[in-house]
Amino acid sequence: MSEIDLKSARVPGSPVLAWSVVLFLLLPLTVVIPVSLTDKTYLSFPEEALSLQHYAKLATSEAWLGSIGQSLVIALGSTAIAVTLGTLCAIGCWRIGGARIELIRFLMLMPVIVPNVVYALGLYRFWVDLRLVDTYLGVIIAHAVTGVPYVVIIVTASLSGFDPRLEQASMSLGASAWQTLRAVILPAIWPGIASGGIFAFIHSWDELVLVLFIASRRIVTLPRRFWDGIQENLDPTMAAAAVCLSIATIGLLALNMRLTRGGK
Amino acid sequence: MSPGSVPPRRSGGLAARVNPYWLMIAPAVLVMGALYLLPVLNVLAISVTEPEPGLGNYAMLVDNAPMHRVILATLRVAAITTALALLLGYFVAYGLATASPRMRGLLMIGVVLPLWVSVLIRSFSWIAILRRQGVLNTWLVDGGLVERPLDLLYNELAVCIGMVHFMLPYAILPLYASMRGIDGRLIAAAYGLGASRLRAFLTVFLPLSAPGIVGAGVLVFIFSLGFFVTPAILGGGRIQMIAEYMSWLILDRLLWGPATMLATVLVLAILVLLAALSRVVDLRKLFGAA
Repeated sequence: MSEIDLKSARVPGSPVLAWSVVLFLLLPLTVVIPVSLTDKTYLSFPEEALSLQHYAKLATSEAWLGSIGQSLVIALGSTAIAVTLGTLCAIGCWRIGGARIELIRFLMLMPVIVPNVVYALGLYRFWVDLRLVDTYLGVIIAHAVTGVPYVVIIVTASLSGFDPRLEQASMSLGASAWQTLRAVILPAIWPGIASGGIFAFIHSWDELVLVLFIASRRIVTLPRRFWDGIQENLDPTMAAAAVCLSIATIGLLALNMRLTRGGK
Repeated sequence: MSPGSVPPRRSGGLAARVNPYWLMIAPAVLVMGALYLLPVLNVLAISVTEPEPGLGNYAMLVDNAPMHRVILATLRVAAITTALALLLGYFVAYGLATASPRMRGLLMIGVVLPLWVSVLIRSFSWIAILRRQGVLNTWLVDGGLVERPLDLLYNELAVCIGMVHFMLPYAILPLYASMRGIDGRLIAAAYGLGASRLRAFLTVFLPLSAPGIVGAGVLVFIFSLGFFVTPAILGGGRIQMIAEYMSWLILDRLLWGPATMLATVLVLAILVLLAALSRVVDLRKLFGAA
């Protein structure tokens, strides 16, 4: 309703400004693609021909493939933990409600408010004492804990569309809370849970700051490999890696959009 | 956790007396309390206990020149980033609010897509664009616009470009959310009463969108203060912001006291800003939860 009125009175020239800014936003995303196809051995646009040499180098590099494997294990492990903790917590908070759980909600959301570098300092100190520095377990826990907010936020949102009377009906028919959870609540909100899981996965897959502190030689995740590459040798293989990674992320998000749309 | 293992509700066992929904919350609270809250609180504690108990680390805020340089650089970059992200973001949010549904869909894709590309990859792209042999300099030199390549990378300009690029969606989305709440009939009325479109915008629309500007501004400023990846990569060590300086203090110099002091100051600054913001706008609405 209101947008039609607004359109008739919009300031002349404003769409051009809006599109210019959006082009600025898209610029770095589009530049990597031609750079990854360059026929040169340094970062540049292709000059004589398009070449897949840097993709071939990526596909045969033990270092990059090893990092992909490590990132995958860490992301899957931390997502499993974050989804379990976050989903149960969101359901519990939703059912109990009221002012009593405000503090718990705040605790769950802290990782998105406090800068990661602050948590990284604290965790580094803990992991040194517990001998978890540079271990899979150490990184998986770190990513799980910082992934919980995404699951809590998304599952809470999908619970707001769930009719609480269904839960009451189940309980009054004699089902226990756990039976109700498994047979009534979880099936109804699973697209939200899957969506939270996807975000937790992407969070771990992309995370750099914590890894810089709590991992060194044995654990070199994909973002860490990328970071080292930027510091040491800027070569077009990284552009090829960037394109592959972005396609993977955007693919996951497309999947997420299908899930959330299909669930409603 | 299987349903069979839990006694039925009326059996009078422990599970019946403890509200099962608290049991669902418990694991998350325990894990987050022990493995998130505790390490963060420990950081705050270290800042007043190492190297010796007292406020010695905080005295560095007064008399330590490198500390001053880093804090000033952080505030300056965060302020520039916030101002530019608000200005440019306002253009896009206004475009979204006044576009046809089709155009809005296309614009929205352009706004959201960068959010899904890793910040590392975006910083890397900016290197490819801005370096001396990079895309932009090649064009400028080949086009005869400049004689020698410009120094665009590893300075404050590059950091600000990368930061504005990263923060723009976080400015646009809350701005757009607040503009959607503006009653379009008010602007149409001003226009109908003879105000020019520009005047209707300046005297009616702009003031009505002020809460969104405040909200988006504080949000972007907070994110910018603690930002690590983009300043570290595009600043190339020449522009150090707080987060990068903290990591250098710990990983290279093992100076826990000053680093945790900066962490504490950063967290306190963010909490104060958030508290002030919550008095002006509804935070839930700002994040699009409502």
